[in-house]
Amino acid sequence: MRLGRRGFLRRSALIAGTALANLGVARTAAGAPLEVPPTAKEPGRGIAETSYGSPSKYESHVVRHRSDVLVNRQNLSDWSMTPIQHQHGIVTPNGVIFERHHAGVPDIDPKTHRLVIHGMVKQPLIFTIDDILRYPSVSRFHFLECSGNTLTDHSKAASKTVQQSHGLLSGAQWTGVPAARLLNEAGLDPAGKWVLFEGADGSNHTRSIPLDKVMDDVLLVYAANGEMLRPENGYPLRAFIPGWEGNVSVKWLRRIKVSDQPWDFRSETARYTDPMPDGKWRKFSFVMEAKSVITRPSGGMRLPGPGLYEILGFAWSGRGKIRAVDVSVDAGRNWREAELTEPVLDKSLAQFRLPWTWDGTPAKIQSRAVDSTGYVQPTIQDVGRARALTGFVQHHNAIFPWAVSANGEVTNAIV
Amino acid sequence: MRSSKPLAVVLVVAAMTSACAAFSLSRSPATADAKFGRPIAEADIAPWDIDIRTSTGKGLPPGRGGVAEGKAVYDAKCLACHGPDAKGGPVYGSMVGGIGSFTTNTRVLTPGSMYPYAPILFDYIRRAMPMDKPLSLTANEVYAVSAYILNLNGLVPADAVMDQTSMPKVQMPNRAGFILDDRPDTHAVRCMKNCP
Repeated sequence: MRLGRRGFLRRSALIAGTALANLGVARTAAGAPLEVPPTAKEPGRGIAETSYGSPSKYESHVVRHRSDVLVNRQNLSDWSMTPIQHQHGIVTPNGVIFERHHAGVPDIDPKTHRLVIHGMVKQPLIFTIDDILRYPSVSRFHFLECSGNTLTDHSKAASKTVQQSHGLLSGAQWTGVPAARLLNEAGLDPAGKWVLFEGADGSNHTRSIPLDKVMDDVLLVYAANGEMLRPENGYPLRAFIPGWEGNVSVKWLRRIKVSDQPWDFRSETARYTDPMPDGKWRKFSFVMEAKSVITRPSGGMRLPGPGLYEILGFAWSGRGKIRAVDVSVDAGRNWREAELTEPVLDKSLAQFRLPWTWDGTPAKIQSRAVDSTGYVQPTIQDVGRARALTGFVQHHNAIFPWAVSANGEVTNAIV
Repeated sequence: MRSSKPLAVVLVVAAMTSACAAFSLSRSPATADAKFGRPIAEADIAPWDIDIRTSTGKGLPPGRGGVAEGKAVYDAKCLACHGPDAKGGPVYGSMVGGIGSFTTNTRVLTPGSMYPYAPILFDYIRRAMPMDKPLSLTANEVYAVSAYILNLNGLVPADAVMDQTSMPKVQMPNRAGFILDDRPDTHAVRCMKNCP
């Protein structure tokens, strides 16, 4: 843990502030002795013979939500968002990792599932899940973000909460086998340049990925956060393509094919492309550029009154590590560098924090990420000058402001 | 079953490198080189091998279908969601029109306006449609429905027949409508004080 002098001072101030706040509460409640809680005076639940633990019943609000901004008329090609405003640390619990499916969630028996590698290889190969589990595994922390994250909030403040505006985002420790290993086992034809990944779901979802990326850091993943993938996240096997838009990390992976050219599927021409000002579309725009958002306080929350708060949020970049996050509490006029919470990892969520004493007047708070390439997160105006902000805007990585009103209500202030 | 896996790995490693038994599994050259894939013939993969290189039509199967047959298939298997004449239904929006809309601020995305290559219709319909029964249409049915959608968009005449040869030749209006990724396309500056 590297904590510079400045960071230490900040933390000390924060601890002091928290203590002051507690003293304040104690003062107002003077003369009311603490009650011993009833749970301390009786036994709790016994240990079940077998069980899989669940969150406390008092955390039942921490759940995924389908969008209530852009409501699809069916729930097969649809999405549901991660409650990132309730996420502590850079790992999203498996039960709330966001969902985006093109034909619902298949329940696949790992005993019957097969992976095939073929096309421009010396020897086409077939693998069972047990085969894949026998290889030495790799575990890495990475974010996963849908290309359409924040798609409804570019020209109007459509989302009420950060779950709705930014919840097509999750972080996890992904475990699997490097795709390069299995491709090398099949033997690559030197003329191979592109790789097809195809799922075993009802959409037979498919994408073309440059071979260089696949050989660099792509994993064939069977586990997340210490357990086998959930069905909605690709059980029993998915591709995981670090730093790139989520839909290329094809779930329920059954087929890998090597070719010398891309396929130009519907999912890489008519969808997942970016409208440009001249009427054209940008395709194969894979990387998710540096982005950040304040998750606390964020839309739908209410500050109980003036005083010290810790601004918390996430930053991430598909091009590398987060180098810095700046926070402004005056609508972007002045910025202060936030503290990054270790660990800060490659193509992973990073958490930032900054103590803020709110004086009770209206404020606009926002964060700005800088990644290890030096790229600075743009404003929505910057993005609008480069791309067309129309329809379902993909790859919207702009700075996202929240307004804090005099009565402490926090609302979406993208425009 | 699970508990037998480490044993299986040990046995494989032992069999492959009996001389290296003292090394840990993770550093064993045998583990690093282990191969667990089994050969399979391309012919046996054929039932899964459904991708089409849409720019050329490579991978399009034999078969053929025309506009009138396509309307019959559409009305029976697609209309319930997509509506009459593919103009939009209870579940999905229109699949007709939008050509020329991309220079306006209300772009209308349909197969006619958006697809750069006609074989995308074949690839996508076969693999994903109808939503309640993907991979159920015959090649002839897919060609026919594709011909029907293309005709509704004014891109092929009413007597058009789609097959391996004709489909890649259909001129799609958005054929030259794409650019490759040229980001970063913003160049924000990290201003800290009195920023504009």
